[in-house]
Amino acid sequence: MTAAADPARAAMLARIQNALGRGAPSEEQRRRVLQRCAAPSANLIPARGRENDRIAQFIAEAERVNATTERLAGWSAVPAAVAETLAAAGLPPRLRMVDDARLASLAWPAGLAVATGKSVDGDRASLAIAFAGIAETGTVMLLSSPSSPATLNFLPEMHIVILPEAVIVGAYEDAWANLRAALGVGVMPRVVNWITGPSRTADIEQTLLLGAHGPRLLHILLLAEA
Amino acid sequence: MQSKAHTFTANARAALADEPLQAALARFQGGFPVKRRAAIDRLPEFDALRDAGKAIKDATLANLDIYLEQFEAKVIAAGGHVHWCEDADAARQTVIDLCREAGAKTITKAKSMIGEEIAINEALAAAGFTPIETDLGEYIIQLRDEAPSHIIVPAVHLSKEQVAESFRAHHRDLPAERPLSEPQAMLDEARAILRQAFLTADVGITGANMLIAETGSTVLVTNEGNADLTQTLPRMQIVIASIEKVVPTLEDAATVLRLLARSATGQELSVYTTFTTGPKRGDDLDGPAAFHVILLDNGRSRMLGGPFAEMLRCIRCGACLNHCPVYSAVGGHAYGWVYPGPMGSVLTPNLIGLAGTSDLPNASTLCGRCEEVCPMRIPLPRMLRQLRQDAFASGGGPKPMRAGLAAWAFVAGRPWLYRLATGLGVRILGLLGRRHGRFRRLPGASGWTAVRDLPAPAGRTFQALWTERNGARR
Ligand code: SF4
Repeated sequence: MTAAADPARAAMLARIQNALGRGAPSEEQRRRVLQRCAAPSANLIPARGRENDRIAQFIAEAERVNATTERLAGWSAVPAAVAETLAAAGLPPRLRMVDDARLASLAWPAGLAVATGKSVDGDRASLAIAFAGIAETGTVMLLSSPSSPATLNFLPEMHIVILPEAVIVGAYEDAWANLRAALGVGVMPRVVNWITGPSRTADIEQTLLLGAHGPRLLHILLLAEA
Repeated sequence: MQSKAHTFTANARAALADEPLQAALARFQGGFPVKRRAAIDRLPEFDALRDAGKAIKDATLANLDIYLEQFEAKVIAAGGHVHWCEDADAARQTVIDLCREAGAKTITKAKSMIGEEIAINEALAAAGFTPIETDLGEYIIQLRDEAPSHIIVPAVHLSKEQVAESFRAHHRDLPAERPLSEPQAMLDEARAILRQAFLTADVGITGANMLIAETGSTVLVTNEGNADLTQTLPRMQIVIASIEKVVPTLEDAATVLRLLARSATGQELSVYTTFTTGPKRGDDLDGPAAFHVILLDNGRSRMLGGPFAEMLRCIRCGACLNHCPVYSAVGGHAYGWVYPGPMGSVLTPNLIGLAGTSDLPNASTLCGRCEEVCPMRIPLPRMLRQLRQDAFASGGGPKPMRAGLAAWAFVAGRPWLYRLATGLGVRILGLLGRRHGRFRRLPGASGWTAVRDLPAPAGRTFQALWTERNGARR
């Protein structure tokens, strides 16, 4: 049904306009109101989104919510760190990872089976690259794309996320600004995931349990190298 | 869901006598309020953020039509579809039609209060589909064929023994003698069963915490990750959301998110905050091929511009429930419909009518804690008073109460009579109660004294003492 011919739509809008004490808005009114969307601006940003040592803050906040973190010098240290993380968690040496040139060019240990593509049932661990880290709550921000399917973030038990320290920002608003700088105003990837700690539930007698439906473990590899 | 709000008094009495429920409520008490307090102590700007959140919602509601149309345009531009539904019937029918179009059998669902409001599970089941709730709490109450008793923690009224009982009754394929005494064992069992549901579902239905006009994105927060699996794995995603969920920009969403989890569970942010924009794109390897948003009105456009318009700012955090002495005493089911506690006592009469729900605005001590903690600064007590007034004006309420109120109004409207009556009453009660300082029984007041003592008055009225004190000062 085209929007114009939809009676329910027309009735709902008319009731809203009636309640607002005006008819359908003029083009001029509409443009003025939507200026807010065309040129978005930040509301109040709390001081904790403006701390100097964002890396230390990010680590502290992420660990408060049961994520684990590890600082690495650069990309070349990733394969060994991943292999150790899997072994320490008692997981088999198999990894589903995002399709990224920086990862493909690394020297992966012979005993570690790496694959790209979307995640499927039976995947135990995945490796993704964050678009940003948000220090105010220790949140990693991931964007979905053909090379970075969203299922990687949810199906496996262990989610390992690479976070270059250079992309750690203070507040949510900074992450949005960087996303707009990368894609343009009003443009979004299909899915943006903000992830703050591993999956959890407290639905049975308020007992906190990790690993409800998503990953039980969230391990963040902070890279000094960009 | 058929409302049982008209039997609130009986529901509440039964709830007070329900021992497992009282144990569950006792367990629940304190938890969220203490965590909320701690989270707010870590964020000195919290009150200023409440003002900012209120301002965002007020600005959006003042031009709600424009923002909804903008949201719609952006969803369509991203390849999705928007369905405008005037009432619960229309929303149910649209969802059923979409599920048929998708040739669906199994439908996974992530907890949605709008889903409860339109009773979508019953409708889907009646149409031959198998809807499966995936939020652990919601899954538990679906097995038990119960309604949620809280908008954030739907199974808060149950003990782990009750959950284990339900799992044993429904998970018949599993060995009967398996140990199931600890929450971890129950979670493992549910996780395995629901994993299969996620993988086989044809349609995923989710709610939305917000809709963003700037980008046409829907925002969903969960701690379990069930909503993400619900929306990513099937070939069709349906988002059901009410019209007041829209906010203008990503920045506005960020401000509201700073308030939501802190007010709800005392977390700084929920584990998963997901912004979804349209269906799977060209070369995407996962995600639904079709993306639909249902925009539900169901009475909200009528609230706009009236005395209850401010209720449309509500972000469903549940803080007013967690801090309500009445909710804490009787739990959520006593309220008889979908939304319990103070927010429900305002919302329910507005959505399904005051006839049959007029007990709800009376189920409050008007202590004011709900407004004090509401992140959106919704004047809940004022609205509850307004509803009481509306109920009285429209001739609602039990006869003895109406007669009592009429008599009180007669006396209170005549100051000399009021002084005389209260002066006499207080003097007599003061004399009678002199010995014990309280009454264990009092003719005509058994409703009060059956469950608690009535303190005896001091013998003088407040007005008399006040006059005397002021006289002495002068
Ligand atoms: S009324 Fe306020 S406190 Fe209650 S659920 Fe809504 S936003 Fe939260």
